[in-house]
Amino acid sequence: MTAIAPKRSMWREISASYAFVERNFNMTKRYWGWEMVWLIYSIANALAITYIGAGTEAISGVKINVPYLVLYLLIGSLVWGYLSMVFHSISEVVAWERWEGTIEYTFMAPISRLTHLIGQTIYSVIYGLMFTCVIFLVVTLFFRLNLAGANLLGALAALAAGSVSFIGFGIMASVLPLLYPERGAQMTHVFEALLLLVSGVYYPVSVLPRWIQSVARVSPATYALESMRAALLDHAGWGALLPNIGLLLAMGLVTIPAGLFIFKRAERYAKRSGRLKRTG
Amino acid sequence: MTEMALDIRNVSKAFGQGNRRWLPWARRRAAQARPATLAVDRVSLSVRRGEIFGILGPNGSGKSTLIRLVSTLLEPDSGQVFVFGHDVLAEEDTVKRMINRVSVDAAFFKKLSPMENLIYAARLYGLNVRESRRRIVEILTSLGIEEKRIFKPLEEMSRGTQQKVAIARAFLTSPALLLLDEPTTGLDPRSKRDVQDFVRMLRDKHDTTVLLTTHDMDEAENLCDRIAIINGGRIVALDTPGGLKASVQMGFRAVGSTVTLEDVFMKLTGKTLVSESEEEEVA
Repeated sequence: MTAIAPKRSMWREISASYAFVERNFNMTKRYWGWEMVWLIYSIANALAITYIGAGTEAISGVKINVPYLVLYLLIGSLVWGYLSMVFHSISEVVAWERWEGTIEYTFMAPISRLTHLIGQTIYSVIYGLMFTCVIFLVVTLFFRLNLAGANLLGALAALAAGSVSFIGFGIMASVLPLLYPERGAQMTHVFEALLLLVSGVYYPVSVLPRWIQSVARVSPATYALESMRAALLDHAGWGALLPNIGLLLAMGLVTIPAGLFIFKRAERYAKRSGRLKRTG
Repeated sequence: MTEMALDIRNVSKAFGQGNRRWLPWARRRAAQARPATLAVDRVSLSVRRGEIFGILGPNGSGKSTLIRLVSTLLEPDSGQVFVFGHDVLAEEDTVKRMINRVSVDAAFFKKLSPMENLIYAARLYGLNVRESRRRIVEILTSLGIEEKRIFKPLEEMSRGTQQKVAIARAFLTSPALLLLDEPTTGLDPRSKRDVQDFVRMLRDKHDTTVLLTTHDMDEAENLCDRIAIINGGRIVALDTPGGLKASVQMGFRAVGSTVTLEDVFMKLTGKTLVSESEEEEVA
């Protein structure tokens, strides 16, 4: 006898959210070869950037605070690696399903879009943190990092707040591949590249042209990086960190609901225009 | 549940510029826009509970669009679709819980195993995971898939096996209405027969209503209680296989031939059926 799938309940939605976490980790396992390639590339990239700091004195012939510069660059490399991974993983939620050919199946499943995106977000954050921790551990084998006196909890709080705001940006960006199957994915990559340029990942925002500095003020990465560096390099206390952390959380509070709203509107449009299918 | 499993009322769906008129800027440019392609044109049909209902049509005739309209993946421009009395637009979530779909290409994460893919489906449909693991093995082995293969990546399996897994996934969620979009296209005869037997079993033992599109005349004749022939987005005939054949019997008697469903189809549409994944370019 046929039975109608159970109605929505909190437990059912949690289980459905976990479906995406489990599925994505299963995919990660099956693509382990590419995961290793990506990990090795990311480690090499983080080391190469950090060695720029180590070599600056030799390059310029000017005495500088090398440990400070090394940590400055390493924070940029790791934080950007993590945030961009979260952004990328969420913004690719549609493009990925289209690529695998499962978009129709997932979108006709009896779950809310919020459940879908929460699942994808949980995976993104866990995966991003694991990946970043491995890179950090490898980098510590090459550099003697002095974190004595650093406000580690404050740095973690800034990172968490930065994640919240990046999740909102990621949800907003995920709409693009829904509306424009190929160009949308291209646009999210361009958007990510612009965030890298303007957010002061490897340099202070103050060295950028004034008009780019204005753009940097709307990037959550700018505030996350400023706070992380203040906490780890300048040993800033909670009082100094809270304004930025508050701003990041406020950005998340605005961008997450806005992203969900835009996503729902875009899904409706995709259903009207026939774009909700594997070939777009 | 009502006795009417599916009720499609005067539904139309066009693709192209025309369907964007609800956007202000698209409305302004409507005059210059290229004309829309009418994929489904004022279609009405109803499917009774427990029926296997077939849709036959040439490529680009609107079969897949119709299935996508029922499966909540498309919104009609006009008309209404009801699944067991529930409007697919107004009660989308309720409808989603009643249906499942098997398309011509098995839509799976091909790197994952059948078990991983089906557990993913079980979670999405709110099923008990432990119980589902047992049922997945039971269903797949009943479809002739060896137990050890259930844990291997799907990409290592033939298309026929993948399609059986797709049928099993739909069965796992116990849909009241099963939408089959050319489920046996491209399968070898043995796999085709296995899938057809399974569809019959679903209807007979599990009270599942089936809406099926197919290019296979024998399949349509042997499996379907009633058949709608669709051409250019419109239904040109709807009857039992016997009724359809009887409707064109007269002309063939004159030359002493026996009427086949293919004859009916060619007479009504002026086209032959070509087996391929249909009208993607239209939709």
